[in-house]
Amino acid sequence: MSKRIEVRDLNVYYSDFLALEDVSLQIEPRSVTAFIGPSGCGKSTLLRTLNRMHEVVPGAHVEGEVLIGGNDVYAPGVDPVLVRRQVGMVFQRPNPFPTMSIRENVLAGVKLNNHKISKADSDNLVESSLKGANLWEEVQDRLHKPGASLSGGQQQRLCIARAIAVSPEVVLMDEPCSALDPISTLAIEDLIEELKQEYTIVIVTHNMQQAARVSDKTAFFNIAGAGKPGKLIEYDDTDTIFSRPSVQATEDYVSGRFG
Amino acid sequence: MSDSKIVDTAARSSTASAKSAPLEGRRARRRASTLSTGDRVFLGFTTGSALLIMLILAGVAIFLIVKALPAIVADWPTDPELHAGPTLAFGNFWAYVAPLLWGTLWVSAIAIVIATPVAIGIALFISHYSPRRLAGILGSLVDLLAAVPSVVFGLWGIIVIRPFLRPLGDFLNHYLGWIPIFAGQPSSTGSTILAGSVVLAVMILPIITSISREVFLQTPRLNEEAALALGATQWEMIRVAVFPYARSGMVSAILLGLGRALGETMAIALIISPSIVFSVRILTEGGNSQTIAANIALNFPIATSLQRDALIGTGLLLFVVSFGVNILARYILGATGPGAASRRARREKKAALSA
Amino acid sequence: MTTSVGNGPSRAPVTSTFTDAHLPRLIEVWLLLASAVMSGAALLLVGFNPAVWAVATAALYVIAIGVSSRLVENARKANDRVARALVTITFLLAIVPLVSALWTVLVKGIGQLSWSFISQTGQARFNPTTLEVTRTPGALQAVVGTFEITGIATLISVPIGLLAAIYLVEYALTTSHLRRVVTFLVDVMTGIPSIVAGLFAFSLFTLVVGPKAFSGLSAAIALSVLMIPIVVRSSEEMLRLVPTDLREASYALGVTKSVTIIKIVLRTAIPGIVTGIVLAVARVVGETAPVFIAASFTDNFNADPFNGPQQTLAVLAYTGYKFPGKDIAASNQEAWGSALLLVIIVILFNIIARVVARIFAPKSR
Repeated sequence: MSKRIEVRDLNVYYSDFLALEDVSLQIEPRSVTAFIGPSGCGKSTLLRTLNRMHEVVPGAHVEGEVLIGGNDVYAPGVDPVLVRRQVGMVFQRPNPFPTMSIRENVLAGVKLNNHKISKADSDNLVESSLKGANLWEEVQDRLHKPGASLSGGQQQRLCIARAIAVSPEVVLMDEPCSALDPISTLAIEDLIEELKQEYTIVIVTHNMQQAARVSDKTAFFNIAGAGKPGKLIEYDDTDTIFSRPSVQATEDYVSGRFG
Repeated sequence: MSDSKIVDTAARSSTASAKSAPLEGRRARRRASTLSTGDRVFLGFTTGSALLIMLILAGVAIFLIVKALPAIVADWPTDPELHAGPTLAFGNFWAYVAPLLWGTLWVSAIAIVIATPVAIGIALFISHYSPRRLAGILGSLVDLLAAVPSVVFGLWGIIVIRPFLRPLGDFLNHYLGWIPIFAGQPSSTGSTILAGSVVLAVMILPIITSISREVFLQTPRLNEEAALALGATQWEMIRVAVFPYARSGMVSAILLGLGRALGETMAIALIISPSIVFSVRILTEGGNSQTIAANIALNFPIATSLQRDALIGTGLLLFVVSFGVNILARYILGATGPGAASRRARREKKAALSA
Repeated sequence: MTTSVGNGPSRAPVTSTFTDAHLPRLIEVWLLLASAVMSGAALLLVGFNPAVWAVATAALYVIAIGVSSRLVENARKANDRVARALVTITFLLAIVPLVSALWTVLVKGIGQLSWSFISQTGQARFNPTTLEVTRTPGALQAVVGTFEITGIATLISVPIGLLAAIYLVEYALTTSHLRRVVTFLVDVMTGIPSIVAGLFAFSLFTLVVGPKAFSGLSAAIALSVLMIPIVVRSSEEMLRLVPTDLREASYALGVTKSVTIIKIVLRTAIPGIVTGIVLAVARVVGETAPVFIAASFTDNFNADPFNGPQQTLAVLAYTGYKFPGKDIAASNQEAWGSALLLVIIVILFNIIARVVARIFAPKSR
């Protein structure tokens, strides 16, 4: 249930504006890859191109290829809906559906795909997904409470449970801890460590300690200036990036000399 | 949009400051002491205007009641003025106004049934289907519909909608005449409730559309993206993220549309050929239920003094009914509208923490 | 979607887990054309009618796209496509009455519009030989009445509405009971049926002045009841848009509150407020029922808004149809002519409102 991601010669545009230029990288299955870099460098944009969520912005388009498990996400005839069903996503701020209970939130994706699911099956799925997201203990006795009644960290884990309930190949996380307090952040980081056993995980983060803590590989992005496209500067094992990067800009960034 | 947020924070700060009443008292005293003469005059004028609005509304109710009372308490069968002309057939005020109230509700209900799906479709088209660049233009196109004076729609109804709907009326009457609302002798002129309701529906489209569009646009982007990221199609995203969020907003949009329809005069007065009866038929000539507003417009110029008082009495009832509908709509929008879900969640969270 | 031509072994859509059976890209266009042609051809057999054709095309298209998507793709996609089709159709459906109504008024009214129509009242002439009354349509009394009544209503509503809005935004504490009550009442007032406003003014004047108290002033008061809440609402919104920083900057300079409101807040918000007022005028200028109840109607020229019945364009459009004079055709002509004149005025006001908003908008927008 975990696939390799290959990005080949990818350019991302918002209308005429080139947001990200010539990115190529490979992400191994069952690993955590962190995207780091200053604001506006295109790391979130790249993440969103992996499940075509960038298309939510009118006029956004790409050149190049993104292969997930060997299949091009941008091949003619590809249905973005099918891509997103196999690539889960967790957002910057927790976004459980406000009108749904905790249980309904977990089942939301499954209900869309398969209208008929037995009570027993859905019970099992809710339990296993919430356990997978380390949330089961905290919410098992109030599954019918609204999802929005949880704390921020719990909501974010609920969103992770919702994402893994549809058994995706890949889980994308767009700064999943930036709206959370340190303790919740720690809980999410532990969870990422566990999820790695089953999923390919890509995480965008502003927090370099977090990248160092959770990821196996790290990609550093940068921009030359406002209005210029973002570029992939360096991509390597996390240890290498943080201890002996081969590019000066990377070293400046990870050592806090700029950005 | 910003308005609801302001109200939200206002509501919260009010609960907060309720606990710190002494502080507020201090604040008020400080305000009073620092006012200059110019300030005091200006404050007087603005507060006076606010009070004047209360006075006007109270005046509306009081003058209508005072003027209508003689006709409401009069003994209709023995009164020379009321036992004549358009009020001849009725034993008392309530017998007169009941069928009119029925007609008002009936015609408005049909207009709502016609307008609601179309209005919600338009709102969705503008908020979620049209290219973003066009949304503004399309929105103002629908708003233009609200700018057209109702008398113009009435005249348009007479010469365009009446003949246009006649074949449909004949068809429904011929094949579905066994259903009571389509029964009766079909109208040869087309001056039917169907025609009136269609024009009414056009007139209330903009109000339902603009409120629905606003609540659709307020759906948090995050919720929409959550649905899309789960692999929802556009329509499923709307059903999962947009509709549940906007439900109460849509209900109050419909109620506000209903409030508008209840009081609409011209389209009905010009198009429908009515009589004051309890009838559900919408395709007949002459046997159509009459509405309060149209009845006033048609009879006011020819009515005698006490008959006018009776008409004012019916207007009073119309005022009360649309007052109620509007309050209900505002209440729903305020209590459960956009943001209410998260407000409720916050409350519950607070309760859970304190427990 | 631009995609460069790749040469990797993976570029075989058939095996991809991301592709599914799908309809060709321009299927919508083709199905729409086919629906139009087929329903058109079927209608030619029984008699062609553009309205029925449009309805049949739309219905056929919805069915076709739904069925073909369900057969080739799947139920979810079929629902999505049908929803998209229906939503688009409803929008087109709303444009039809707008265009149709405006077009009808234009066609019917354009023949009446002439200088004499605007500059004269209707003239009845009795022909002794045929015993017929003929009438030259004219709407001068309605033009004058419209401007007087709407003007007085504006003069009443704008100060009250604007000052009340200033009270609500600048003075009332968020906890104030008066603020809550007034906000609530303004909401209620926006929902008053227009004819009830007319009945109120009529009752007020008959009780205070006496019977037969029809006058332009009475109608103006009826319109004010409708206009005040609109002015309060739009002004309130505009005042709230003024950033708090501006007020605080002014207070910090030692400026009093009233001067701050007048010189800083109002000056910043004034384009929006004016736009709101012009739109409010455009709303009430087309009101028929209240004017007709409070000022009655007349064919005679009366420029005195304080005495006797007055006519407005909207009322003439109504009475010309529902209470015609002896020469019914001429009365109907007056109705259409004044309806067109009214529409032109309303559109002009809407354009003015937008121009004001555009010209005086802060430069940053």
